[in-house]
Amino acid sequence: MDAGVSFEDRMATVEFTIAPDAHIVVDGDSCRGCTTKACISACPAGLFVPTSDGGVLFNYEQCFECGTCYMVCNVAGAITWNYPLGGHGVSFHRS
Amino acid sequence: MSDIKGPPPLNESQRSLGYVVPNTRSLQSEHDGASCDVAVVGAGPAGSAAALVLARDGWSVCLLERGSYPGSKNMYGGVIYPRVLDGLLPNWREDMPVQRWVTRRATMVMTETQSLTLDYRTSAWGSPPYNGATSFRPELDRWLAGKAVEAGAVLVEATTATGLLRDPSSGAICGVRTDRPDGDLRARIVIACDGVNSFLAKEAGLYKNLDPSNYTLGIKEVLSLPSKTIEDRFGLSPGQGADFEILGCTGGIPGGGFLYTNLDSLAVGVVVRLPELAASARRPEELVTELKAHPGIAPLVRDGELIEYSAHLIPEGGLDMMPELVCDGLLVAGDAAAMCLAAGIWLEGVNFAIGSGAAAGEAASQALASGSSNARALAGYRDRLESNFVLADHRKLRRAPHLVLSKRMQLSYPQLMCNLMEGVFTVENPSPKPGLTKLVLREAKRSGVSLTELLSDAWTAFRTFG
Ligand SMILES: Cc1cc2nc3c(=O)[nH]c(=O)nc-3n(C[C@H](O)[C@H](O)[C@H](O)COP(=O)(O)OP(=O)(O)OC[C@H]3O[C@@H](n4cnc5c(N)ncnc54)[C@H](O)[C@@H]3O)c2cc1C
Ligand code: SF4
Ligand code: SF4
Repeated sequence: MDAGVSFEDRMATVEFTIAPDAHIVVDGDSCRGCTTKACISACPAGLFVPTSDGGVLFNYEQCFECGTCYMVCNVAGAITWNYPLGGHGVSFHRS
Repeated sequence: MSDIKGPPPLNESQRSLGYVVPNTRSLQSEHDGASCDVAVVGAGPAGSAAALVLARDGWSVCLLERGSYPGSKNMYGGVIYPRVLDGLLPNWREDMPVQRWVTRRATMVMTETQSLTLDYRTSAWGSPPYNGATSFRPELDRWLAGKAVEAGAVLVEATTATGLLRDPSSGAICGVRTDRPDGDLRARIVIACDGVNSFLAKEAGLYKNLDPSNYTLGIKEVLSLPSKTIEDRFGLSPGQGADFEILGCTGGIPGGGFLYTNLDSLAVGVVVRLPELAASARRPEELVTELKAHPGIAPLVRDGELIEYSAHLIPEGGLDMMPELVCDGLLVAGDAAAMCLAAGIWLEGVNFAIGSGAAAGEAASQALASGSSNARALAGYRDRLESNFVLADHRKLRRAPHLVLSKRMQLSYPQLMCNLMEGVFTVENPSPKPGLTKLVLREAKRSGVSLTELLSDAWTAFRTFG
């Protein structure tokens, strides 16, 4: 199999121009009570990481801007989702 | 403005919409209270087609794109059916970016260890008028946007539309806000071609409800391989390409897989429905890894070096999820209006985006000429979609997404079909060969499908695809 390709290797193939501000904001308090934590497994960029106190840590920098997270999240207000500043974020080349 | 009968000639300030020079990051400079006749949001295939039509009719068009250039934010499986361009750009064959012309189209059903393929090849698709082509979106979208610019549209890159402007008295939409300083762009009509997440269509209230089960996530890897290796493995001549669609490869999550050939790379990936993906707690990229490891796929992708990983949503619900298509001052086209045709072995979004974008452009042009941009004046849009392929195909295939994503289609039938073929082709001498009817009944039972279900699905399939 492609044992050689780690998740980090995958993400390293993608170009990101990081915007100064986060375009997606996750409200940690809402997440603590969330039973599904669906974002953690479903985000194709793996940007949601569970914390030991039952919360979620989110980093916006390597985001595909796909929308999966807000679609699978059932807790109103947990995710505030916008596109990054024009000209920033992900750029594809061979897709 | 109601006395305007045809497209007015452009005056100097409209012609030189100089404020859109990207690095000034300012959109000020207004003309008669409107910076342009039409603001098209999103320079994907839908937006560029709309802008092209309008610019040709002589209207001032501003085409906004949040990526640093058109296509930079866009990914898809990899095959475009460009004959939709025959009317719009008759010479598209001369300069459209193409990786390979598809001459082999295969549909594969698989279980964890088995696969069965219906494999169609024709060299006819390798020469004009052609059928499908593999192409990279950053190249394709940039090319199409370039055609709109040649026709006179003004492309504003690296600019995100952040909301709608409304006329305070009538409530009609009269432009968009952007993320540039002083970034309000006033327009007589806005065309939202902002893709699957369309925040503009949502803000305008055109979507009644948002059901995640109408959406799938596509995850893709591009694997580099020498073109000669690709041609040998897929049995292709130089310039020819293959297109594989796969059912039963998504670990029980409703969806499908694909494998396409570019010039010197392969595109391999899966498409999976969101609620079931979330419930499964599976990692999306693992599903692709599993597909690549399948005995029917592994020899084709072996030694391919990963050069790009990507992900994007698809509106898969078809007709049943489509929003209202117009309101006062606004039209919606392409994925923003769920125009993508995604029904199992069909995944056609780019041609539907172009078809709907062009229709939106024509309807907007007609409304501007009549001097009005309210919903009634824009209603010609739906009529155009009804009379071209866009809504006709959606109507015809209305049941297809449900059928293809049903549990029996996803799990039971791939198993049933593979077992059936295994039964037919396995030689168990000294036992004699079993009869076909007996085999069908035995395998149907083993995969938990009743005869009634089999017949009812066959009937649905016949009505859907027949
Ligand atoms: C995994 C996958 C596989 C697919 N496979 C195929 C295939 O093989 N063949 C096929 O024909 N179709 C395929 N599709 C579908 C196809 O990609 C879409 O239907 C098509 O791209 C829709 O075109 P569009 O112009 O409507 O939207 P998009 O291509 O999404 O373009 C929208 C544009 O708007 C821009 N934008 C969005 N919001 C804003 C904003 N607020 N301000 C400014 N700009 C904005 C975006 O950057 C983008 O350029 C696939 C899709 C996916 C995800
Ligand atoms: S973002 Fe949503 S799905 Fe993820 S943990 Fe928070 S509440 Fe749950
Ligand atoms: S938009 Fe997509 S890539 Fe970005 S955080 Fe959400 S799920 Fe992950």
